Amino acid sequence: MINRIVVFGRHGREMIESVGRAGQFLFGALAGVPDPRVGFPLLVRQIYSVGVLSLAIIVVSGLFIGMVLGLQGYTILSDYGSEAAIGQMIALTLVRELGPVVTALLFAGRAGSALTAEIGLMKATEQLSSMEMMGVDPLRRVIAPRFWAGFLSVPVLAAIFSVVGIWGGMLVGVEWLGVFEGSYWGNMQSSVSFTTDVLNGVVKSVVFGFVCTWIAVYQGYDCVPTSAGISSATTKTVVFSSLAVLGLDFVLTAVMFGDF
Amino acid sequence: MSVAKDPYIELRDVVFSRGERRIFDGLSLQIPKGKVTAIMGPSGTGKTTLLRLIGGQLKPEAGTVMVAGESVPDLGRKALYRLREKMGMLFQSGALFTDLSVFENVAFPIRVHTRLPDDMIRDIVLMKLEAVGLRGARDLMPAQLSGGMTRRAALARSIALDPELIMYDEPFAGQDPIAMGVVVKLIRDLNASMGLTSVLVSHDVPESLSICHYACIVSGGRIIGDGTPEELQNHPSDEVQQFLKGRPDGPVPFHFPSVDAAADWGIAGPGQYGDGQ
Ligand SMILES: Nc1ncnc2c1ncn2[C@@H]1O[C@H](COP(=O)(O)OP(=O)(O)OP(=O)(O)O)[C@@H](O)[C@H]1O
Ligand SMILES: [Mg+2]
Repeated sequence: MINRIVVFGRHGREMIESVGRAGQFLFGALAGVPDPRVGFPLLVRQIYSVGVLSLAIIVVSGLFIGMVLGLQGYTILSDYGSEAAIGQMIALTLVRELGPVVTALLFAGRAGSALTAEIGLMKATEQLSSMEMMGVDPLRRVIAPRFWAGFLSVPVLAAIFSVVGIWGGMLVGVEWLGVFEGSYWGNMQSSVSFTTDVLNGVVKSVVFGFVCTWIAVYQGYDCVPTSAGISSATTKTVVFSSLAVLGLDFVLTAVMFGDF
Repeated sequence: MSVAKDPYIELRDVVFSRGERRIFDGLSLQIPKGKVTAIMGPSGTGKTTLLRLIGGQLKPEAGTVMVAGESVPDLGRKALYRLREKMGMLFQSGALFTDLSVFENVAFPIRVHTRLPDDMIRDIVLMKLEAVGLRGARDLMPAQLSGGMTRRAALARSIALDPELIMYDEPFAGQDPIAMGVVVKLIRDLNASMGLTSVLVSHDVPESLSICHYACIVSGGRIIGDGTPEELQNHPSDEVQQFLKGRPDGPVPFHFPSVDAAADWGIAGPGQYGDGQ
């Protein structure tokens, strides 16, 4: 029994320690004002590889999820004769929940794992060390642009996801199943509020973008510099990011929409 | 210990361990300014570790590491990076940036630390690449280079900014006799024309002794012999002679410390931890 408490305590301490190290790491990367002449091109390049290259998976997933919502929503709502509310249902589901959450999960799988593997390999091949010895801080040169790129990309990707999803829902609901187009958009407009729904969704995606990118760059930088180490760091990125997103989503939803 | 008048690098009583294993146990070493100093020693004794201590990437547990009059372990982040701008280091693995071409790799430190116009950077880079015989390989990516070419490209990068101190970790490994001659001459010329302080880590005894002013041999966590190449050749110690002549038997262990061989092979034996000899 005592032993179990000791083990539990040690795990707890190690976890807090590693969160502390990750915080220090992030501070080291983001402290100080970067020279825009150097930093801007680096950032643009990373936004391309992290954000723009994730567009395809985001758009396709958004489309299918929107279409599935259209089908499911129609079958359920038509039982009550209220299929006209399908537009509002799809929009609220996407903007509040599925847009930010699914985008973050896809981002962790597509871009986060790639970030971890790339940074881990740079570490294993001593590229980070050699950069240090050239008087260039890899935290600022390698980590910071990748972090900002992920942080900025996720909210935009989430917005694109929701928009495409709403359009996909319309394809199914209006074009295929014959819901009146005016009520699809009209109900949506009257029931989706900018501050409570859209802004809260944006806040969620900003938080998820921060957490997912932080986990990805930290796991890469902190990995054991071997092939096994890199593969386990990549796995950890996806697992930790997914758990963090789902856990935080519950907390954020409770704070934003729970009426206590 | 040959005491240099004007040491550029000075290590005193340095203690450093990796986990349980003590790599250095009170190592002291002086590296004179403007000279080529060779550091030799058996594989795995900590030569690369020594360079990392000098570059401030590792901190000693005890003792001092002074470079250009500054105590490296005590420097803050900013000061350390400023000091490193004066250092060049050739990594044992080359460590080229895999996403940049050979040209951009060599241009990298110049672009970061200076504001030279592009055509001037181009001239400098091509000059450095010419010096290592890779001017024609400028557009290749690191993955397209052979091992020896990688190392020479990395060498060109480490001298791109004309540093005050340059540390070469195994520059001769993987070079054919011609390339080896070129690298040897390059190291000597850089030292002669620009007064660079050079630290050369290598296993190649004849090549190293032919270009260095001073040499020291590290083994078992300390310096077992040092001095000018002539002094070393006539060094009285058995250990030094064994290393220079490359004899497998003698006081310098060839094997990594391990359990008694008899125990590993399952033959009845004492099965105790040997001291590696
Ligand atoms: N990251 C590390 N973690 C644990 N031990 C290490 C690490 N790096 C090196 N070592 C150990 O430190 C010792 C010295 O390593 P180092 O790389 O400095 O040797 P070296 O003298 O450069 O050898 P070589 O001539 O083969 O390059 C080795 O015995 C090695 O086992
Ligand atoms: Mg080495």
